[in-house]
Amino acid sequence: MKIIVFIKQVPDVTEVRIDPKTNTLIREGVPSIMNPYDLHALEAALQIKESTSGKVTAVTMGPPQAEEVLREAISMGVDEAVLLTDRKFAGADTWATSYTLSRAAKKLGFDLIICGKQAIDGDTAQVGPEMAEFLDIPHISYVRKIEKISSSEMIVERLMDDCYEKIWVSLPALITVVKELNNPRPPSIRGKMAAKKAVIPRWNADEIEAEEEKIGLKGSPTMVKNIFAPPPRGERKILEGTPEQQVNTLLKELRRLGCL
Amino acid sequence: MLIRIDIEKCTGCGTCVSVCPFGAIILKDDKAFITEACNLCGSCVEACPESAIIDERGKEQTKQEDFKGVWIFAEQSQGKIASVAYELLGIGRKLADELKTELSAVLLGKSDEIEELIKWGADKVYYTDTPEYNYLDDELYSKTFINLIKEHKPEILLAGATAIGRSFIPRVAARLRVGLTADCTGLEIDKETGNLLQIRPAFGGNIMATIVSPTSRPQIATVRPRVMKRGEYNPERAGRIIKIEPLKPTGRVKILERIEDTSFCKVNLQDAKVIVSGGRGLGGPEGFKILRELANLLGGTVGASRAAVDEGWIPYAHQVGQTGKTVCPKLYIACGISGAVQHLVGMQSSDIIVAINKDPNAPIFNVATYGIVGNLNEIVPLMIKKLKEGITE
Repeated sequence: MKIIVFIKQVPDVTEVRIDPKTNTLIREGVPSIMNPYDLHALEAALQIKESTSGKVTAVTMGPPQAEEVLREAISMGVDEAVLLTDRKFAGADTWATSYTLSRAAKKLGFDLIICGKQAIDGDTAQVGPEMAEFLDIPHISYVRKIEKISSSEMIVERLMDDCYEKIWVSLPALITVVKELNNPRPPSIRGKMAAKKAVIPRWNADEIEAEEEKIGLKGSPTMVKNIFAPPPRGERKILEGTPEQQVNTLLKELRRLGCL
Repeated sequence: MLIRIDIEKCTGCGTCVSVCPFGAIILKDDKAFITEACNLCGSCVEACPESAIIDERGKEQTKQEDFKGVWIFAEQSQGKIASVAYELLGIGRKLADELKTELSAVLLGKSDEIEELIKWGADKVYYTDTPEYNYLDDELYSKTFINLIKEHKPEILLAGATAIGRSFIPRVAARLRVGLTADCTGLEIDKETGNLLQIRPAFGGNIMATIVSPTSRPQIATVRPRVMKRGEYNPERAGRIIKIEPLKPTGRVKILERIEDTSFCKVNLQDAKVIVSGGRGLGGPEGFKILRELANLLGGTVGASRAAVDEGWIPYAHQVGQTGKTVCPKLYIACGISGAVQHLVGMQSSDIIVAINKDPNAPIFNVATYGIVGNLNEIVPLMIKKLKEGITE
């Protein structure tokens, strides 16, 4: 069983703010982390490998420093890692990103692709399903449980808005996973040593035979027109006084408005 | 670079440097220079007093005039058309009227509510009620849409940013090589270009971004449920209902069973009148105990921010925000929640918002009807005590 897990290095979005004066992102001091959903994707792949034997490859696209998340994946136990890096990849939206990743998947070969449900910086949840279309394989989103897996098929549970569904899918396929699926393992000592020593190959656009007009900014049908701080909302009142006075005022107001 | 500086015209005034939201323009030898941080937003093009910045990308226009009409995807589950479909008809009607074009809905799977789509604003409904369409089959749904779009060429397609919409719509965009914007909270037509301005929270919701797909058609967006308003209901409204030819499933995916009984469904945030929510400021899972007590006293339920869910203090089912539930209760009490937009977009349409936070600069206070700067471990128990005593003075 050949499994590819696509992961992403993201800014820790809980730390990102906008400067209200200049309307720009305040990037200083924002740490980079592995997208949290991807930890669950890696754990799923490692568990499948342990139960069926096989090989797990972690792949990311990004600048050279994105290699950090690949080393983290190796420390958890993946067998190999590939960094897709090329100035031409820069500025890609979900269309160009999923095209680029699909080229890498084709080059590597696979039975199963696992992605996190979404990345916490863009929150689009589009790259997984788009990639499945490029590869002409079925996909199942929001997998919360993997019930059975063999070399040619799997049975999973998909989390929907109002229920969940048990689904059979033939392989090769792509799944995106939610956090309920598993608890990601911490890196092992052996894994950390392997991560330190690992030589991670870097592939550029030519190496994955990506067409230039389909990658990066140039290959992206969407563009950001502008960004702005979220608008403030109507009347606001900060309640003054001791905690007791504050609570009294609040309850009085809520009663007046018919909330209690 | 798709945006370039005309060095002859550039006076080095620096206007572009200050308007660039990405800090991507610098002055080099007294001339503007665009660095790799450029996001092609075009702010500089509009701002340049010398018209010295040229957007080359605008020149690659597709045959956009061939694409006409606004489409919405009307999703159903168990034959019931989702509420978001009617919201899409509301915004879709507005966009279609502005563009002076038709509004069509596409319904996949059996439902007895087809006429409702017309009454809520659709001019046409395309549907198939073949049983294979009753559940989400991503390949079947996307192929059907791809064929319909190739045949009818709509200029805009909107779907709910729901489990169903967000799963299969990306396949449509990938195949058609068109732009797709996820989870929009605002949609407008750009008066100058006619492009759809797609407004959505980005970077975990700490900022808002306007996205455009200037060169590809249709422009596709998924739209956050419960943000758009329904249009006018007119039981007399007439429209055309057109049955489409169903496709055969690929057979690579089979839905075996639908299971409703999960704890996920039991936390009914979306119907709650009062929600007491907790965030990172609670400091741990124990914090939710007092929130639960307060919620019980108020006849409400407990919500949470993503931070609290990510910490594992409370199950995901309670999460309010961009990646959780969108709620609009009569009363929303946010305790120890800083108020990242990712959270705000999920609750800011609540009637009354109360924020309790020890940081007076927390963004949650920007949306709060009533704010209390203080320690929630002091305030919440006091509220509980007073409510139990029935004393307000």
